Amino acid sequence: MSSASTGGKQAAPASTRAKPANKAEAAADYLDGRLGIYSLAKSNLRKIFPDHWSFMLGEICLYTFIIIILTGVYLTLFFKPSMGEVIYNGSYAPLNGVRVSEAYASTLNISFEVRGGLLIRQIHHWAAIVFVAAMFVHMMRVFFTGAFRKPREINWVFGFLLLFLGFFDGFLGYSLPDDLLSGTGIRFMEGAILAVPLVGTYLSFFLFGGQFPGTDIVPRFFTIHVLLIPGIMLGLLVAHLILVFYHKHTQWAGPGKTEKNVVGMPLMPVYMAKAGGFFFLVFGIIAAMSAIASVNPVWAYGPYRPDQVSTDAQPDWYMGFAEGLIRVMPGWEIRAWGHTLNLGVFIPLVLFPLVLVAIAAYPFIENWITGDKREHHILDRPRNAPVRTGLGAAWISLYLVLLSGGGNDLIATHFHLSLNDITYFVRAGSFIVPVVVFFITKRWCLGLQRRDKEKVLHGRETGVIKRLPHGEMIEVHAQLPQGALHTLTSHEQYEPLELPAEVDENGVARKVGLVTKTRAKLSESMFGEGNQIPKPTAEEHQEITSGHGHH
Amino acid sequence: MKKLSARRRHPLAALVVLLFALAATGGLYGMFAPAEAAKADSSAQSLQIDEGKRLFAVGCSSCHGLNGQGSSTGPSLVGVGSAAVDFQVGTGRMPAQQPGAQVLKKPNIYSQDDIDAMAAFVASLGPGPVTPTKDQYTSTETDAISKGGELFRTNCSQCHNFAGAGGALTQGKFAPSLENVDPKHIYEAMQTGPQNMPSFPDSTMPEKQKQEIVAFVRYQANEAPNPGGLSLGSLGPVTEGLFGWIFGLGVLIAIAIWVAAHTTKAKKS
Repeated sequence: MSSASTGGKQAAPASTRAKPANKAEAAADYLDGRLGIYSLAKSNLRKIFPDHWSFMLGEICLYTFIIIILTGVYLTLFFKPSMGEVIYNGSYAPLNGVRVSEAYASTLNISFEVRGGLLIRQIHHWAAIVFVAAMFVHMMRVFFTGAFRKPREINWVFGFLLLFLGFFDGFLGYSLPDDLLSGTGIRFMEGAILAVPLVGTYLSFFLFGGQFPGTDIVPRFFTIHVLLIPGIMLGLLVAHLILVFYHKHTQWAGPGKTEKNVVGMPLMPVYMAKAGGFFFLVFGIIAAMSAIASVNPVWAYGPYRPDQVSTDAQPDWYMGFAEGLIRVMPGWEIRAWGHTLNLGVFIPLVLFPLVLVAIAAYPFIENWITGDKREHHILDRPRNAPVRTGLGAAWISLYLVLLSGGGNDLIATHFHLSLNDITYFVRAGSFIVPVVVFFITKRWCLGLQRRDKEKVLHGRETGVIKRLPHGEMIEVHAQLPQGALHTLTSHEQYEPLELPAEVDENGVARKVGLVTKTRAKLSESMFGEGNQIPKPTAEEHQEITSGHGHH
Repeated sequence: MKKLSARRRHPLAALVVLLFALAATGGLYGMFAPAEAAKADSSAQSLQIDEGKRLFAVGCSSCHGLNGQGSSTGPSLVGVGSAAVDFQVGTGRMPAQQPGAQVLKKPNIYSQDDIDAMAAFVASLGPGPVTPTKDQYTSTETDAISKGGELFRTNCSQCHNFAGAGGALTQGKFAPSLENVDPKHIYEAMQTGPQNMPSFPDSTMPEKQKQEIVAFVRYQANEAPNPGGLSLGSLGPVTEGLFGWIFGLGVLIAIAIWVAAHTTKAKKS
């Protein structure tokens, strides 16, 4: 009876499918018919991600980027990117009657008049500082675990470009309020541009629309800061994430984990909840930071005037190593034919991108040395790639040495040292410290490899002391569980590249190019004897554990 | 008169005339000279200078010499004026604790009377900047802080930092923080240019401008509220970067570790 009556009701609408159970399903049906969300959701919602805290570093980058965009949009509603001069008369009394630019006046206005403006400004700036720091740590995580290997080289480059663009967008944002600090930063940049041989002055006039500072620079920087670079970054970010989905996430070695699977938990519901929650935690921490600590107090710096400068005029931390390069570089100059080549600025200008490119190019160099064309989805433990880890640590140490050169005045005043001594240290340290760090890190990794080998072959120390009948005391070692044995021995070890025999089968001397010879030499220094500890084989383990007494 | 006239060419005649002239001049001076000035001199000021000289001999002379003429370890104080003494001793920099790149501030052990006495003694060695009075370093203008801010950023902030937090100079020398510095001492420092600081005499920076700078420094380093929260030392992006790494990223990584450690378990482990 009931079926007949419902059938009678359904006859009126010419529906071809079952009635949706509720409104949500109806809405989903509607969208599926137009966007195809069911198949998208089916393939992606249950996507598996492995669980490890270091895989969440990229999430910090993503969330701070979102926070920066949200707060940045709010700031553009009130910021006036103009160098037009006004007499400031606002609620910050100590600047009343001072001639300032509209950019500066509107930044003060955001800070003191706009509701929530100062908090939003500080969230924007703190999030930017944390964003670049998180990208840096995320990049080094990828570096040290070898997650940049095939198929992820292009994603590595995308990530590097995001970092590089983040540097510049941060610097541009710092330049916009036209306060004394940002003006000094722009002046620094002008000096760097002027140091470019031949075309420096033309470039500078093109960028500033005439003499420094002119009136064009703030509107131009504004467009680049809010439109051009964020647009490119957003595109790169989406591509970066699509590639993460496409490649699937890397995972640590362990039982049941292979190059062909991903062991973890599904996006829906586990990571939806975790990532969503983590977003709010990140936002909360950044907001709390912004509520308790001031960042870039433009009102205290005062408006920019080219005849004024303050000490402690540094860029935000990520550009600090460029500042360090300039500060420690001797002021060399070459004068010839009525022209000056300012090496004191030009050499740092060349070194600045080279330092960054050095880390970006490493994956390609390593791949050229190993010649490995296979895909890698299992991560390396840093200790199992001692040369790579050593190089990464050396690069970080170079970055830090240069960074300390950029803050040499604060180190001098706060640790009661001589500014000159710090500068000399940084000059020498830029060459010496990375080399020392490389060797220490490499030895350290080799030591850890030996320890792993020891643990696999001899088990772990139980702390139980046993006295043998003849009086000898020994500590009982316990075998590691099977899973741990697998984890510690699953990494593969490359053989150093063998040069072909000097003569071929006909006794004719074989020609080996310089490139191949270099490659073999580098391969030897990475995987040769003494540069990695041969991992224990199953036979060794068998031999030792088969019960030939204790050791 | 003939007798006198006859002896006018006597060898001692000139001497006698000279004696008479001296006696007459002295006598006339004694009659007309203001007697009070001589009296005051013998009571207050000269007593103060004597007292100053005594204190100077104990606390300062080992480097600057008994008469402030200077030695290999301390410069001559002739012509530095009372303002220099009031600044150096009043801020505790002098007597110096130890030689070094720069003489450091320390608690002052002299009373203001002692300092004034030493200042009077040093001022008596040669003319120099005089210790300012309160109305000299106090500005009554309403826009003094904003005008002083512009002057400060033009003349002072390249060493003392935009907020007066201080900064580094070469070879371990430094521009000190201006926080909690007495307005009189700020004024005197500008007048006299102590240690590595250039001096800003009234001929290059009029008294009114110095007053404005004092007003700005007092506001910036002491009274100014920080609307943004903790100032992190007002030291610019270096401390901000450090704070961002430690309290921003550091806390976020700690949270990431916490989130990753608390995960759903497919089975009981």
